[in-house]
Amino acid sequence: MKKPRFIGIAVLMALALVVAACGDDDAADDTTAATTAATTAETTAPADPFRIAIVAPSASNDLAFSQSIVDAVDVIAGEMGNVEVQVTDGTFVVEDAAAAIRGYADEGVDLVIAHGSQYGGSLAEIAPDFPDTAFAWGTAADTFGLANVFSYEAASDQGGYVMGVMGAALSESGVIGIVGPIEVGDAKLYVDGYAAGALAENPDATVNINYTGSFGDVALAAEAAQAHLAAGADVLTGTAQMVVGAVGVANDNEMLWFGTQANQTSLAPNIVVASQVYHWEVALRDIVSKMEAGTLGGEVYSIDLANGGIVIEFNDAFDLPADVLAKAEAAIAGIESGAITTG
Amino acid sequence: MSQLFTETVLIAIVASGIRLAVPLLLASLGEMYGQRSGVLNLGVDGIMLLGAFGGYYAVLRSGNVWFGLVVGAAVGMALGLASAVISVTLQAEQGISGIGVFLFGLGMSDLLFQKMVGTPVPITSFSDVHIPLLADIPVLGGMLFQHSMVVYLAFAAVPVSFFVLNRTTFGMNIRAVGENPEAADSLGVSVTRVRYATVTIGGTMAGFAGAALAIDLGIFQQNLTNAAGFIAIALVYFGAWRPVGVMAGALLYGFVNALVLQLKTLGIIPRSWSDIAAMAPAVVTILALVVVAQRFRQPAALTKPFTRGS
Repeated sequence: MKKPRFIGIAVLMALALVVAACGDDDAADDTTAATTAATTAETTAPADPFRIAIVAPSASNDLAFSQSIVDAVDVIAGEMGNVEVQVTDGTFVVEDAAAAIRGYADEGVDLVIAHGSQYGGSLAEIAPDFPDTAFAWGTAADTFGLANVFSYEAASDQGGYVMGVMGAALSESGVIGIVGPIEVGDAKLYVDGYAAGALAENPDATVNINYTGSFGDVALAAEAAQAHLAAGADVLTGTAQMVVGAVGVANDNEMLWFGTQANQTSLAPNIVVASQVYHWEVALRDIVSKMEAGTLGGEVYSIDLANGGIVIEFNDAFDLPADVLAKAEAAIAGIESGAITTG
Repeated sequence: MSQLFTETVLIAIVASGIRLAVPLLLASLGEMYGQRSGVLNLGVDGIMLLGAFGGYYAVLRSGNVWFGLVVGAAVGMALGLASAVISVTLQAEQGISGIGVFLFGLGMSDLLFQKMVGTPVPITSFSDVHIPLLADIPVLGGMLFQHSMVVYLAFAAVPVSFFVLNRTTFGMNIRAVGENPEAADSLGVSVTRVRYATVTIGGTMAGFAGAALAIDLGIFQQNLTNAAGFIAIALVYFGAWRPVGVMAGALLYGFVNALVLQLKTLGIIPRSWSDIAAMAPAVVTILALVVVAQRFRQPAALTKPFTRGS
């Protein structure tokens, strides 16, 4: 009776492969449309297109981390014209991401973007095998001393600080809740910046922080928001893709929400005050011009409020009092001039 | 520490623990039926994910949460039936085939979401049902009797499952097939039919659990369950294949999670301990599993395909 069992497994594995393959097609389909549009715009240049590939850990439209880089590359593609963009998203398994990174380099893509600090170890092994390919890695401040690796990071503490000032000014209970994933990198910067801003605005405020221990556990993020609610918070923020759960709880209980990494207004138009949005194109633009001049790496980029890589986008539908807006603008000006330190 | 013992916080911890337990409880009870009949279905998480997407999409289109639950259950039923074909008729190795179902559900739910929805759009969620009189009891009312209807349904499924397994002919057949399929077969019980039924029940409940999760959160996202289906399978072992045991396990896991979150929120667990504390629910549950489950034996025919006369 061995045979039927193997048929069963074979059928399943084949199905799984078909689905996996469809997933790739999906990303490819979407980008091909954009590419065709970009290519047809450039009628005079029959030259080979500039090829950019993105490998990102969550969905490319996650209203958070992954979307921020896809949006930025789309902007760059629009500016440059003859650009071909490919995306492999949802590679939360590092080995899958590594295979995709190597695959793109192998295909002759000009710039391979490894969008996830967790991909660093793999990239350090892959990049030396492709000296003619440029790699960009973020969020990180390390290029491994390799001549063909750029890295990029965001001063997310700056936007966090500005929104923390607003949060403390808007809070009636004086209790503010922050939902974090794991206390590392970009998330830690943002959380610490937000707390610093809130305490600068109202030194008597209580800022409660809970890290759920997961980037993807939506149910736990929702319960983390419930825990803040029980502790008396009326203003919430959080970072990573699992915060959609927390936004839902905030919306049900009419707590205010501050977003980060992408504009999260569409998730809860009544309660989102503002979002910190990353414009990686500020870094990408320079990376591309470096590449055109023959330099394929070695540079570390940081986007911030001063260089326009970080922008606070307000929700127009939210009735923000003028004095709170003024405080936010003062904080932005102070950070840009260096008068305020957010760390 | 005194902040922890306020009424609001204590109510919040218990209510939160119950909410976290519900998807696990539903999926775990369903899985229990299959295992009692001798079939291990490792694909629960994949079925939950497709049920979650089905439920989410149905609510997105119709605005009706009950329709969403029905769609989630129907998706689960179809996948349960498919799992039965794979493990009962084709007799695939149960330790592997379920992983295939999981990967299928993980990939397919994300693919459908990307194609049919794209950017996450919030949906209508359940409204809380206050049980008359009971909801007004101080403290306990807020902890236990102000939940959504799905919470009450999930806990009602515990005595129902107990009754079905222990007091009906169908339940007796399930247990007989799981312990000694040859004997059951010789007495005229169709092993195949019983196992098809239990695995399909398990799939239906997993799909329902996934839909309940997505609708409760009001959102869908890639890998929404975050491996809840695998925890549900572990809880069947923890619960020693008994409905009350499964419920105890789900509640323990939910409560420890809720307590840890609240302790972090109030700063009682220092932030430097945060990541270690995040492991507490799993560690506590595993320890309890080791202590409790040793006293019970798993169904003798678990994971063993049945062939008449072999």
